[in-house]
Amino acid sequence: MAELLRVNNLVTQFKTESGLVKAVDGISYYIDEQEIIGLVGESGCGKSVSQLSVMQLISAPGEIAGGEVIFEGQNLLNYHANGPEMRSIRGAKIAMIFQEPMTSLNPVLTLGRQLTEMLQLHLKMNDDAARKRAVELMSMVGIPSAESRIDDYPHHFSGGMRQRIMIAMSLSCNPKIIIADEPTTSLDVTTQAQLMELMKDMVERFHTSLVIVTHNLGVVARYAQRIYIMYAGRIVESGTIKDIFGTPRHPYTIGLLKCIPRLDEEEGTKLVPINGLPPNLINMPSTCAFLPRCSYRLDKCSREPWPPMTAIDGNHYIRCYADTKEK
Amino acid sequence: MNSKSNDAILDIQDLKMYFPVTRGLLRRKVADVKAVDGVTFKLKQDETLGLVGESGCGKTTVGRCVLGLYKPTGGKIFFEDEDIATFSEKKLREIRSKMALIFQDPYSSLDPRQSAGSIVGEPLKIHHLVLSKGEYRDKVDQLFSIVGLDSSMTDRFPHEFSGGQRQRIGVARALACDPDLIVCDEPISALDVSIQAQIINLLEELQGSSKKLSYLFIAHDLSVVKHISDRVAVMYLGRIVEICSSKELYDNPLHPYTRALLSAIPIPDPFVEETRERIILKGEVPSPLNPPPGCSFHPRCFMAIPECSQALPPLRDIGDGHEVACIRV
Ligand SMILES: Nc1ncnc2c1ncn2[C@@H]1O[C@H](COP(=O)(O)OP(=O)(O)OP(=O)(O)O)[C@@H](O)[C@H]1O
Ligand SMILES: Nc1ncnc2c1ncn2[C@@H]1O[C@H](COP(=O)(O)OP(=O)(O)OP(=O)(O)O)[C@@H](O)[C@H]1O
Ligand SMILES: [Mg+2]
Ligand SMILES: [Mg+2]
Repeated sequence: MAELLRVNNLVTQFKTESGLVKAVDGISYYIDEQEIIGLVGESGCGKSVSQLSVMQLISAPGEIAGGEVIFEGQNLLNYHANGPEMRSIRGAKIAMIFQEPMTSLNPVLTLGRQLTEMLQLHLKMNDDAARKRAVELMSMVGIPSAESRIDDYPHHFSGGMRQRIMIAMSLSCNPKIIIADEPTTSLDVTTQAQLMELMKDMVERFHTSLVIVTHNLGVVARYAQRIYIMYAGRIVESGTIKDIFGTPRHPYTIGLLKCIPRLDEEEGTKLVPINGLPPNLINMPSTCAFLPRCSYRLDKCSREPWPPMTAIDGNHYIRCYADTKEK
Repeated sequence: MNSKSNDAILDIQDLKMYFPVTRGLLRRKVADVKAVDGVTFKLKQDETLGLVGESGCGKTTVGRCVLGLYKPTGGKIFFEDEDIATFSEKKLREIRSKMALIFQDPYSSLDPRQSAGSIVGEPLKIHHLVLSKGEYRDKVDQLFSIVGLDSSMTDRFPHEFSGGQRQRIGVARALACDPDLIVCDEPISALDVSIQAQIINLLEELQGSSKKLSYLFIAHDLSVVKHISDRVAVMYLGRIVEICSSKELYDNPLHPYTRALLSAIPIPDPFVEETRERIILKGEVPSPLNPPPGCSFHPRCFMAIPECSQALPPLRDIGDGHEVACIRV
């Protein structure tokens, strides 16, 4: 499948009183048409900021300080964040689903209003057509008796239902890409499973690409085709899910997989914690950010700057000097 | 059913906890939230029992009843052979030195104005377990080192610690009275993935070296619960639907809800994921204010038959301590 979006060396930083926070420090990735990719990492590693940067939704004290976001042959970062080009892309060609649906739904507007507004703005539908389409979308994502619920307000719905509505909204303008930022984290396990299945069915049906942003490696193993592992504002490993889970090669990825319990583990399995803490991203050194926690470190690691992403085979890349193959 | 039990440190029989729902100025009672509605289980010395289930199923309420923080609506709670459900507040205070609680949220469960040392040492004072200032200080230092914190940190305040360190402070405080039972209510859910294992291992090590410490481990993450527990009880709408050893739970889950819950949790391994059963439930968890008749899971159940809505299925033993409440298995 053809490439749909490519991000090159994206840098986003926040100027704070305590120093410069390099929230996203030169990440590059791509997504193909009809592909599902996962962006995985712990809290604070820059997942959300990277995706908000793609959408140009970064506000002061944050700033996109460099890089390119190539979509349909154009670098989106050349467009003004609030200009007509970005507005026609944001929410329409590239849609986003946020972690907490209450913050992205307007509490004082009925769902019908919010859905039809999108359709009228981006697809220039008239009132009747938009309302009809809104009802269709709501029933498609599994809202029972959508016709009678379309005039309800967001607080009339459960968390799971609100997230279904967010999925409906993201689909409303036939986007090329949906970015789902921790779309199910605050919900119950069985509801999470329902919503992930729904999202997968929808993107397959509409030939949409999907970026799943999550800290849950299991979700990615189940739904994504390729993943990017992030640590401290950078991507440290990328590859197909079989590369990453079958032969993980970056010390952080290896560590993550050993420190989480698995449902199918043998009795008596011991978890191997990763020592230390994730760094705070203020005034980071140029050496590898994982170095203080790394059990594979070499002398070179504390002398040289973080290496670039290097192919180890095929489409499997790591950012590391150490040889982690046997251990 | 009224006698005490042999080797169980905790023996809960038909526990019920209803919260009144009131309306109007006179706060007239209009209904009950049956948060816990007939829960029975035993916890042995040195054992960990996991309590899993989705939000609102009553896990925390069970834990709070065990600690005597709620007066149950019905049922018995034998703790070390005494029914504490009938205890006065004074007697409860005594017994509470033998149990402790670790909370979910290391950010809000610690008093921000108290130093870490005094948070950890407070139970020693409340229960008069130390005789002198020197002994107090030694004990606090010792508790810090047990949970892997440097004793030079005792004068710091909670905001000066990371989430994982704060949870260690919570664990140290829970250990202060050398309890026989710790109720761990979502002790790691607020922590970063790479930090969670540190706390899980710490809890496991503490139990290993004590040999008499029991945990009631409450969490919604079944992989974590299964990892740390000897046995697991699965709750749905205030009741236990299945209880068995952790191994049996994964190898041979019987209740359709347990099967759905297991299948909803992806395993971080695409090779395994390809072969797994995928059960997607209908609808959402109903309100405990108005639970469905009969088996409360039946409206979402893929195995339901008309009889399921008629009577409440009792928890029955199908061998080797594997109990399940379903007429279809
Ligand atoms: N407005 C802001 N001002 C200063 N720093 C910020 C701001 N927004 C984000 N950051 C910092 O940028 C970094 C990346 O944040 P981001 O929200 O992208 O993390 P994340 O990976 O999405 O984490 P989570 O899993 O918790 O959602 C964090 O260290 C955060 O503290
Ligand atoms: N003090 C209270 N007054 C009234 N209702 C309560 C009270 N405490 C809990 N409930 C209700 O009892 C039910 C069980 O709540 P509980 O907190 O025990 O669930 P839980 O399984 O711990 O959920 P979670 O996973 O969200 O922590 C819920 O419906 C809750 O709203
Ligand atoms: Mg985020
Ligand atoms: Mg709870």
